[in-house]
Amino acid sequence: MRQSYKLIFERSREGRRAYDLPALDVPAVDAVPANMKREGKLDLPEVGEVDLVRHYTNLSRRNFGVDNGFYPLGSCTMKYNPKINEEVASMSENMHPILDEDMAQGSLRLMYDLEGYLCEICGMDAFTLQPAAGAHGELTGLMLIRAYHEKRGDDARKTIIVPDAAHGTNPASAVMAGFKVKEIKSAPDGGVDLDALREAVGPDTAGLMLTNPSTLGLFERNIKQIAAIVHEAGGLLYYDGANLNAIMGIVRPGDMGFDVMHINLHKTFSTPHGGGGPGSGPVGFKKHLEPFMPVPALVEREGMIELDYDRPDSIGKVKSFYGNFGVIVRAYAYIRSLGGAGLREASENAVLNANYIKNALRGVYHIPHDRICMHECIVTPTEEMMEKGVHTTDIAKALIDRGYHPPTIYFPLIVHEAMMIEPTESESRETLDEFIGAMKAIANEALTNPESVHACPKNTPIGRPDETTAARKPIVRYTRPE
Amino acid sequence: MIPTDRRYTREHDWVKFEEGIAILGITDHAQEALGDIVYVELPDIDAEIEIGESYTTVESVKAASPVDSPVSGRVVEVNTELDEKPELLNEDPYGQFIAKIACAEVNQDALLTAGEYEQFLAENKED
Repeated sequence: MRQSYKLIFERSREGRRAYDLPALDVPAVDAVPANMKREGKLDLPEVGEVDLVRHYTNLSRRNFGVDNGFYPLGSCTMKYNPKINEEVASMSENMHPILDEDMAQGSLRLMYDLEGYLCEICGMDAFTLQPAAGAHGELTGLMLIRAYHEKRGDDARKTIIVPDAAHGTNPASAVMAGFKVKEIKSAPDGGVDLDALREAVGPDTAGLMLTNPSTLGLFERNIKQIAAIVHEAGGLLYYDGANLNAIMGIVRPGDMGFDVMHINLHKTFSTPHGGGGPGSGPVGFKKHLEPFMPVPALVEREGMIELDYDRPDSIGKVKSFYGNFGVIVRAYAYIRSLGGAGLREASENAVLNANYIKNALRGVYHIPHDRICMHECIVTPTEEMMEKGVHTTDIAKALIDRGYHPPTIYFPLIVHEAMMIEPTESESRETLDEFIGAMKAIANEALTNPESVHACPKNTPIGRPDETTAARKPIVRYTRPE
Repeated sequence: MIPTDRRYTREHDWVKFEEGIAILGITDHAQEALGDIVYVELPDIDAEIEIGESYTTVESVKAASPVDSPVSGRVVEVNTELDEKPELLNEDPYGQFIAKIACAEVNQDALLTAGEYEQFLAENKED
């Protein structure tokens, strides 16, 4: 049912209030100097309580989250967040970050142990939990790389190599950390082109940023050679942990040759995702980068966890206090409730689910790199669909009408008309089958009745906004009609 | 029709040489693949650009795409009309340049003639 949603300003009627105060029964005092008083009216909406409550309740019902339905957003790992994580996180809400260390041993122990678990899962020697999100983790990791080269007097290493399939944050973080970015083309199979990499490395190479599985959801089979090429050239290897959900308990970035990495706790370790945070992007690294890690480091001395600030080569603090603690607790709860075997099973099921969808859609959609995928798969509309004028964006809109959050579309950039589907391990076979059914029905409709697909979404408050005009001439502020 | 007065790259950019100045733009195929262009991030005048370095980012409703330069040199002029009207790149990709670079070095290997580019387009129709 299409409902109209007014802005709260449009519901405003002069003089309406959601409260009722008694009349002033003491003398009024005008204590505010005239020059500090607002001239003119403060233009706030004026509504009654019931209108106010209905307005925000109805807005909240338009949210779509993983608690509402299937959310196969590729590269984003929108897995279900078990409610026990919330329960456990709520137990820590009375802690204050400036409590003395000896009064916060429980919290410090939790952080210290989580660092240890992440080291074990990733094959790293140490972790810092400070970075507030994934891109912040990238920046922190790149600052470690920079500090490492500078400490060695290797000042010419100013270039970070990034494959053209990388997440957009990779080059952005490299520039923020003071590096130049050199982009290299992918090989036809979507992996790193080894010849292009050999050509790109040199005495100016500070490092290479890479995800594995790659941004195409495929395992980078040449990772050992890639690591060797970069290391022999004197660079370091940075692992973007966006796709860690495919490999937990199976293969470790540290063993692949990566020197430094970040994790998105909100992806792989089931902490809340989206809505502006808070996120958490812990950074792991090998021994040779440890001297440069942010302070404070957590160290264990005589059974007590201490905050160690005595790190002369540290890049300094990257976040107030110790990171987003509530998120850290949720990740801890997730890891402890699954255990090592459970984490491996989560990755196995994530990979199985993605392959199940890919195989079911073969023949109905085009599959550009058709080999066994990892935790996500890429499909595109077929030639026949596109001849009827049905493109990826139309299929995404049609999925909205069928109750799904669309997958990631038009990413990675190196695949034309990409739809990147990541079901995660959370979903049952029935849910996957229903989604596959919807995708097949849309494919059929695209061929038999393309106009109907073009008209989607039909069940949302607005159908197809004019995205181009919205982007070219955005109106970002409400102005009252005169 | 693909104009024959300039050269093309496999990344769907064009470059036209006029008295030591390289004029850079994107091809019809590029604008078509990008969709409605909503913003063009123009380089600074006097910026030094290297071969293979991105000199502009073209943002469409689908994605933001960096555009790599096939030449090195100093930026001498940018098409400021694109600030207000990025859609000009959609409407007239071969008539609208993005930047002009006082050309120091050219990566000739990366450059195709109109005929070669047309053939490249035909061969790569799949993706």
